[in-house]
Amino acid sequence: MSEAFRRRHRGDAPVLDVRHLSKRFGNQLVLDDVGLEVLPGEVHGLLGQNGSGKSTLIKILAGFHDPEPGAELVMYGEAARLPMPAGGARALGIAFVHQHLALIPSLTVVENLRLNDLATQNRVAINWRREAEKARATFARFDLAIDPRARIQDLPQVERALVAIVRAFEEVKDATAGGRGLLILDEPTPFLPKAGVEQLFLLVKSIAADGAGVIFVSHDIDEIREITDRATILRDGKLAGTVVSKDVDHDGFIELIVGRKVSLFQSAKPDLTARPVAARVASLSGPMVEDVGFAVHEGEIVGLTGLIGSGADRVPSLLYAAQRARAGTFSVGGTTLDLATILPEHAMAAGIAFLPADRLGAAGVGSLSITDNISLPVLSDFMGAFGLSWPRLTERARSLGRDYEVRPNRPELNLSALSGGNAQKVLLAKWLQTEPTLLMLDEPTQGVDVGARQTLFAALNGAASKGTAILVASTDAEQLAQICHRVLVFAGGRIVDILSGDAVTKDRITEACLKSTTLTALHPREEAA
Amino acid sequence: MSEATATPGAAPINWKRHAEAYALVFALVVLFCVFGALKPVAFLSWANISTMLGSQSVLVFLTLALIIPLTAGDFDLSIAATLTLGAMMVAVLNAQMGVPLPVAMVCAIGAGAVIGMVNAWFVLYFRIHSLIVTLGTGTFINGIVLWISGSSTISGIDPVLVTYVVVTRVFGIPLVFYYALTLAIVLWYVFGYTSLGRRLLFVGRGREVARLSGIRVDRVRFFCFIASGMISATTGILYVGTIGAADPNSGNTFLLPAFAAAFLGATAINPGRFNAFGSLIAVYFLVIGITGLSMLGIQTYVQNLFYGGALVTAVALSQLVRKREAQDFS
Repeated sequence: MSEAFRRRHRGDAPVLDVRHLSKRFGNQLVLDDVGLEVLPGEVHGLLGQNGSGKSTLIKILAGFHDPEPGAELVMYGEAARLPMPAGGARALGIAFVHQHLALIPSLTVVENLRLNDLATQNRVAINWRREAEKARATFARFDLAIDPRARIQDLPQVERALVAIVRAFEEVKDATAGGRGLLILDEPTPFLPKAGVEQLFLLVKSIAADGAGVIFVSHDIDEIREITDRATILRDGKLAGTVVSKDVDHDGFIELIVGRKVSLFQSAKPDLTARPVAARVASLSGPMVEDVGFAVHEGEIVGLTGLIGSGADRVPSLLYAAQRARAGTFSVGGTTLDLATILPEHAMAAGIAFLPADRLGAAGVGSLSITDNISLPVLSDFMGAFGLSWPRLTERARSLGRDYEVRPNRPELNLSALSGGNAQKVLLAKWLQTEPTLLMLDEPTQGVDVGARQTLFAALNGAASKGTAILVASTDAEQLAQICHRVLVFAGGRIVDILSGDAVTKDRITEACLKSTTLTALHPREEAA
Repeated sequence: MSEATATPGAAPINWKRHAEAYALVFALVVLFCVFGALKPVAFLSWANISTMLGSQSVLVFLTLALIIPLTAGDFDLSIAATLTLGAMMVAVLNAQMGVPLPVAMVCAIGAGAVIGMVNAWFVLYFRIHSLIVTLGTGTFINGIVLWISGSSTISGIDPVLVTYVVVTRVFGIPLVFYYALTLAIVLWYVFGYTSLGRRLLFVGRGREVARLSGIRVDRVRFFCFIASGMISATTGILYVGTIGAADPNSGNTFLLPAFAAAFLGATAINPGRFNAFGSLIAVYFLVIGITGLSMLGIQTYVQNLFYGGALVTAVALSQLVRKREAQDFS
């Protein structure tokens, strides 16, 4: 299979041939003897679940991580150094385009294209007219009509991505002798409209036609099948296989990604949908979310998930008015809120609590103490004859710290002095002490170690068993499987699948996410039943 | 293993924290003793001490006005101009137009509230940085002051004002000092012991956190600007009471000392936060330094050296307290 493919591609030596790549974090082997080969002119897909080792592999190529000894890297038949020295990737002709693109929005296209040169070279008398002409010529070569004098922030999202890719490719060409180079695109498509994705694919194909190699990282199997020649799939840090993309169908890919292993036993998830409804969302629309409706029942933990860009992560912030929704209603404990007009304090007054993902930017203030942070929503309970009672506030913070196993349990410390997991315990305690009707969390365990995760899950379970309804937006299937009674799967801003009972397992959730792009939206009414 | 830290009350006294909190008080005492030793007759006289306490109460007032928007994360550079306007309005209304003193005072404070509203409107509605807005409005107000005063000093104000500000003394100290002390106590209480003070602090430190915790961030910032405008105008009235006349320029020289005292004060008592008693201590630390140095016969330019130097040193010190995290006043 691989041989037949090889004959189709000109050029003798592969662009990239990396072998025996392993990486250990602590006592966990996150990459285990993985190899990857990219041929000249090839677009090579890289797939795997969260935690499968894809990003570790890319970070090793970028020089962020050092691989374990024994790894080999060969480019165009010449051995290259590993671990990658600083600036080594660029000298070898490897360029990266990450999802956030690394463009400066307030500068023009041509300024962004020359950003790296300007940062590293001292030039006087830059001729901007000539630079703009050069940029225009480059765009013309790829059949792109982008004005080099336009500011990035005035361009549509697609053109921004195209500029970033062209920039990366031009840098590769400058660094190596003609036509060589490796472009690594790390999930460039989730936030692009359909037409934009096609435009991006045309650009990627014409770059590959020049003889460079492209690694295309994505969760979207249809895209992988459309754009890539071959694909490498990682599973739990091991190589699950390298396949010719056209030869494998959608389900075949899912099997390679998820594997055929039996899920670990999990206690049966009781069906709580017969309980009274705690909160009901109807026809919610907003940025990246279209006409979503669902209900959460008392004591139920409901997961919201989907691939990146599915809109699942936006739902809690729209419901809390952290972001403005276009339309929708939200009924909680007898109050009905119009989501297009409410403010966070209205949501709070209705008994809703929201723990955002941005821990020290939106959830808590790092430069203030644990006591300050934890006491903010309950200050009125601590009013004595002489205003706020600090001894009682400190005592509350200390006892919550004990209950939630915050280490070190010293309420006078600044929040920023705690590790991610401990800060998250404090912030969860901050909201759970208000005994909300509905608690919403966005990526609650990002950057949280395994031990602290168990504490957080136990706290969530405890709150649910007392009747609090909980919504968790997350892309971590394992975590959702561990805590949720039901999981709503999103794609294109709509609910496309609902998993409940025994179906709430890591593999079923991952599978549903991967299939989600091919499913049509469930009608809101079906769910409300 | 962590038994000791887990038991409440067993934590050892944090000497480093206390040293940090009272370093400025200690420096004030040292400075006082040094000048007292060098110039025992002039410096240690009760007349000098009470003059220092009384004459700089105006600066205490203005600094306290300033720390309100600073705590909420906004600069107010129009405070000194508002002070001058408040002073000039009382003078013009009372001395030139014969309006009764209480009415003139209410008008002046009302003007301060209007200035606060204008500042808040530009900052909150147009989303302009407070530094730029108040720099502009301050200069604008200054123009109004020169216009209504005809660029000249106005005297002849109802002597009752002077009586109730500096002439009447309690324990030998002019009443204005007690006014300043009262305001400091009020702010200390509001900042530390009311939920309003907590909201102010969160608005200043984390706008998004505050918003998502149900605080109406814009409303809090709006009232902070109004409070600083009204207190600044009140400071102007006390300034008239202190010198018995209103001149269109001298009030503006209070701007930098107020900032120096606010930032120096944020290194004391409650380090890392703008606080009322820290500001009070900082004002008198600066005053003792300047009075002492001028008694030693050093030229008047020492004032600028001292205030300017203190502002930069204070900010540098407070950055050390904050472990050099980037400052975010936006």
